Parts: sequence; structure tokens; C-alpha cells
Amino acid sequence: MSFDLFLETLLLERYNTRLVVLGTILLGTCSGLIGSFLLLRKQSLLGDALSHATLPGIGLAFAVMSALGISGRSLPGLLLGATTTGLLGVLLVLAIRRTTRLKDDAAMGIVLSVFFGLGVVILRMVQTIPGQSSAGLESFIYGKTASMVWSDFILISSVLTLTVLATLLLLKELTLLCFDEAFARSQGFRTTLLDILLMALVTAVTVTGLQSVGLILIIAFLIIPATAARFWTHDLRQMLLISAFIGGLSGWLGASSSALAPGLPSGAVIVVAAAFIFVISMAFGPARGILPRYRHHRALQRKMGRQHLLRSIFEILENLQQPPLQNIPVPMEALHRHRYWGKGELKRLIRHARHEDHLARRPHGEIRLSESGFGEASRITRNHRLWELYLIRHADIAPSHVDRDADMVEHLLGPEMVLRLEQELNADKHTEAGNLVQSPHAI
Amino acid sequence: MTWTATDSHIILTGVLCALACALPGCFLLLRRMSMMGDAISHAVLPGLALAFLFSGARTSWPMFVGAALAGLFTALFTQLIARWGKVERGAAMGIVFTTLFALGLILIEHGAGNVDLDARCVLYGALEYVGLETVTLFETFLVPRAALVIGMVLFGNVVLITLFFKEFVLSSFDPALARTQGFRPQLMHYLIMTMVAVTTVATFEAVGSIIVIAMLIVPPATAYLITQKLPAFFFLSLLFAALAAILGHLSAQAMPVFFNLPETSSSGMMATLSGLLFLLIWIPGLIRKKPKMVAAGGFEPPTKGL
Repeated sequence: MSFDLFLETLLLERYNTRLVVLGTILLGTCSGLIGSFLLLRKQSLLGDALSHATLPGIGLAFAVMSALGISGRSLPGLLLGATTTGLLGVLLVLAIRRTTRLKDDAAMGIVLSVFFGLGVVILRMVQTIPGQSSAGLESFIYGKTASMVWSDFILISSVLTLTVLATLLLLKELTLLCFDEAFARSQGFRTTLLDILLMALVTAVTVTGLQSVGLILIIAFLIIPATAARFWTHDLRQMLLISAFIGGLSGWLGASSSALAPGLPSGAVIVVAAAFIFVISMAFGPARGILPRYRHHRALQRKMGRQHLLRSIFEILENLQQPPLQNIPVPMEALHRHRYWGKGELKRLIRHARHEDHLARRPHGEIRLSESGFGEASRITRNHRLWELYLIRHADIAPSHVDRDADMVEHLLGPEMVLRLEQELNADKHTEAGNLVQSPHAI
Repeated sequence: MTWTATDSHIILTGVLCALACALPGCFLLLRRMSMMGDAISHAVLPGLALAFLFSGARTSWPMFVGAALAGLFTALFTQLIARWGKVERGAAMGIVFTTLFALGLILIEHGAGNVDLDARCVLYGALEYVGLETVTLFETFLVPRAALVIGMVLFGNVVLITLFFKEFVLSSFDPALARTQGFRPQLMHYLIMTMVAVTTVATFEAVGSIIVIAMLIVPPATAYLITQKLPAFFFLSLLFAALAAILGHLSAQAMPVFFNLPETSSSGMMATLSGLLFLLIWIPGLIRKKPKMVAAGGFEPPTKGL
């Protein structure tokens, strides 16, 4: 395969793939949009239940149309049937969830399995209707992306327009529904109606997708882009945009690569492309990705370790001399005993503190704070003690236990918080030796 | 309509299958993972394809092992994505099984291209044809091979659940308490998932996935509607499962005659009947009590999983 051919396909220059690729991109975009709401509503698998629930509708529509004497395989009729039972299915999910103790997963599972069973029963029966060819009904299950035609494209475009319009018009309501249903109801929003509306949109997207990517793979389109987008942002609007973008992107990548390698089933390639994007998002997404979260966690750990080190040195200084404190060298021995640090751990902490210029160079066996380190240490110690006093006074924690509790929170105290603590506690009462606060317990 | 040996075989296999699935299904319901059966039944496709590519034949054992491993991987990946990525469990499950299914399709199209490994035969199975392959038990009873396999699975499930009943229940209801008591809820989780994977794969290899998915979910859900006692919950689940299987086959015989058509699918009908039983329990309850019978002091699964 030449690179030119690759580029041509990606850039939609080849006419016969243009329609398919564009259609898939649009489909990915609107399912990414709708999928976000499903994800936030913790109902991602609803698409699964829904797409299975369309099966009896397809069979019934075929039977009815055959009985009426028109071709059983006319597409609008089949889609109408699919939509009808699909909607019935999601309404049943809603009804089961609202009226019984059963949870979402069970409600969806019931609808999925029973409707699918019913669908198989009906399909098996209608396939034996004399005089009608039912071949091709099953292409609904696996989809035929490569055979997308102009009318499919029109259908997808109108569904996309519909979802975008509905999202724009109902953004506030849908957001509220996703994040706090009870509050929405208390504010007079008609949550049931909204729920049904959302389900109707999901149904529209699913039924549209059935024909092109298939019953099982449309589920992936509804779930994967939204879940991937969640790793990139905490903002709903951005998430909607990113999710729609990822849906479109995976549609584009998948459809183009399967156009290049005609042996590959396109629906499957699209899903694999989406899954690839998901894995990358899960690893690197700045908002909730694994690596950024890990890095943030490590940074916080380092900061805490460094602050503990500085405070320990400061406390040793206090024990060694009377105020006013001088910044004198501290023997390593004393530091070891002060907090029960392991050898390696202490070494690492000291290295980090050196890196921040908080320690001055000293001969082996002792340690001395630098000028900035001394200031920082006294600030940290002061914050720690203010918080301890606050806990003792307002949270009724015993002075002998307060040290550990304060350890957890002190690293997160911002300047304005410290100011409020000072006011709250009339800090000057406890102040001795300049701006130092006395420890409420023995060090 | 005449009753033949085939009908007895189908009913025997169907009932065994329903019982074998309803047991682990109870735990799935309590753990809020009812969709697991559906996920596994799709996700085994790459396992089947790889097993086929490696062994080069459609023999039973490699396929079974491949499928069971794929099923386990579904549970494992779901757990990992949910834990590390802090993704909601259902979404994680959806991602894993659709991706595995897609990989399976690609493998089949590409690797096993012209061989008769069809995605469709995996999903539909053939409860109607179990009678074609029979074995003789104790030199007197002629039973379908599928019934024997599923019977063994059922036996295995019963043994496992009897041995670990306390551990399974506690780690389903209160993983934190289970951990403090030294019951290793993680391990129990994977044990249950193994049970589900093996049951799902073994049964749908024999009878198709529709009936498996339905029997994992619907009978336990039906039982959950009317009881709040654990033993009754298990007993009623088994009862509903068996009933759905028997009535399902009977109506699969009666229905087509009614519409003047030759035949329909027994396993599909069994799934449908389990749904009908659910409706029969659900709707009257709805009319008798006003809606919202939530939190009536009955047993509630944990709000958070593991």
C-alpha cells in the first residue's frame, strides 16, 4: 500500500469512500455527544439493552409488511419497527428501575435478554413465511459500513442535527438530570420527561447506527468516546465537545483504514480505533488519566515529606536552645530519632529539600537549614500549630492526639486559610518569641 | 403435536442450563454486575478465534479453554479499568466487551477467513439439535452430550457455592467487612467471575448464548422482587429458571402452530418465557402496592463494589 493512497483515503479524495467515511464520522460525533450524558447518568450499557431490544421490532416489521403485501425488507419500515421496540425496551428499563428494588444493571439485563430472545423467536418464525426473502435481516446485527448509501447518509445527518439541537436547547436540564436528579425534581423540572427524551435520542442514534456499524458495535460508539473524554476534562461542555470529537476521529480512522484493507470488517476496525484512543486517554488524559494522577500524587507526597523534614528540624532547634532561635546545625542522629524515618527515606527527603535550596551544605553527620529553609520551616511549623490549636478548640481532639491529625491537613492550608485561623484563634495570645506559636503538646 | 425423545432431550438440557446459570446469576445480581453474562458471551469471540488458529480445528477443548480465558479477561480488564481509571463499572464492561468482540471479528475475518467459524453460530447455538449427539449413561439412559456437560457445570457450581457460601455472600454484601474478617473479597470476586465465565462458556457452547444471558439475569431478578430472605431468593431463582425452561419449550412447540408457521427457536422462547414470568410477578405487585417499595428494610447490595 503506497503512502499516497493512504493519504488520499484519509483526506477523502477517493469518491467511493468519501460517503462511508463522512457518514461514519457523523455517526461517531452524535453518539459521542449522546454517550456523554449516558455515561454521566451511569447508564452506559443502556445502548446495549436498546440495540438488542430493536431485534423483535425488525422481525415484527418484516412480518407486518409481508402481510400487507409490500416488500418485507423496505428500510423505513424496518427502522420504524426497530425504533418502536427499542423505545419500548428503554421505557421498560426506566419503569423497572423506578418501581422495584432492582438496580440499573438488572433492569437493562432483563430487557436485553428477553427482547433478544423474543427477537430470535420472531426472526426464526418470519424466515419461514412463504414467498418472502428475509435474507439480509441479519446484516442488522453485524452492520455493513461499506455499503452505506446516500439515503443512509441523509438519515445520519438529520439525526446528528437533531442531537446537536437537543443538546444545545436542553443543556442545562440534561446537566441537572445527570448530576443531581433529585434536585432537578425539587426545582420543578420534569425529570421523567427529560429521561424519556434522552432515551429517545439514544434510540434514534442507536437505530441509525444499526444499519451501518451493527447492533453490537454501536454500543461501543455510545460508550467509548464519552468515557475517553472524561479523562481529559472536568467541565461538562468541554467533555461533550471532546467526546464528539473522539467519536468522529475514531470513525474517521476506522472507516479509512478499513477502506484501505477491504478484508477487514469496518465496524470492528472503528471500535478498535476508538479503544486505542481510549487507552491513550486513560493513560495520559490530564484531568483523570492514570499518569497525571500518579504524578500529582507523587508531587503531593514529596511536598508533604519535605514539609515534615523542615518542621522536624525546626522542632529539634527549639528543643536545643532557648528563644530567640538561631539557625544552628543539627546532628543527623537527632533527626533520625525525631520521626522514626528509615535511612533511605530520610536520604531521599534530604535530597529533595536540597533540590529546593532549603538546606545548606554541611559536613557529613549534621544538617543545617539554609536561610530560605529556615523561614519556610518556621512558617510550616506555625501553620501546623495553628491547625492543631484549631482542632483542639473546635473539633475536641485531645492534645496528645492532635499532632497526627494536623499532619494530614496542614499541607493544604493556603495563605487566606492561615489568616482566618489566626483571627479565629487570636493567634497573638499564643505567640511567643516573635511570630512563633507555642506547641500545644510536648514535642 | 406429538411428544418425542427430542422434546425430552431439549427440556432436560434447557432445565439443566437454566439451573446452572441461575445460581451464579444470583451473585451477579447482588453484586450489580448482571450485564456480565452478556459481556462475556460477546467477549469470548477472540478466545474462540485464537484457539481455533492455534489448534487448527474446531475441537471442543481448546475452544473451551480459549473462551473461558477470554471470559476471565473480560472480568479482569473491567475491574482494572474501573479501579485504575475510576470509570463506572458498566462503562468499563462495555468498553472491554465491545473491543474484545471487535478484535474477535477481525481475527475471524482475517485469520480464519474461509473456515466455518461463524460469529452467528457462537451467538445462537443450537438447543434444537442437542439430541443429535447423545451418550449413554449407566448403560440405560440416553442423554444428550450437552446435557451431560451442563450437568457437570451445574454440579460444579453447586459444590463451589456450598463450600464458599458464607464467603461469597459476605463479600457480595459488604466487601469491607469481609476484608476485616479475613475473607479476601478480591479473591472471592474473581472466584465468582471464574464461575460465571466457565458457566457461560460451557453452556452456550452447548445451547447458544440467548438462553444463557437470560437465565443469568431474569430468574434471580424475578425472585428478588418477591423475597427478602437469602435462602428463598436462591430457591425461587432456581424455580423460576426451571419453569421458564419447561414452559419455554412447550410454547415454542405451540406458538408456530398458532400462526400456521413451521417452527421457532426453543432457546429464544425460554428467554421470552422467563421475561413473561417476570412480568407476571412485577405487574401485580405494582398494582397491589403503590410504587416505591424501595428500602423496605430488606437486603440491599452494597452501594459500592469492591
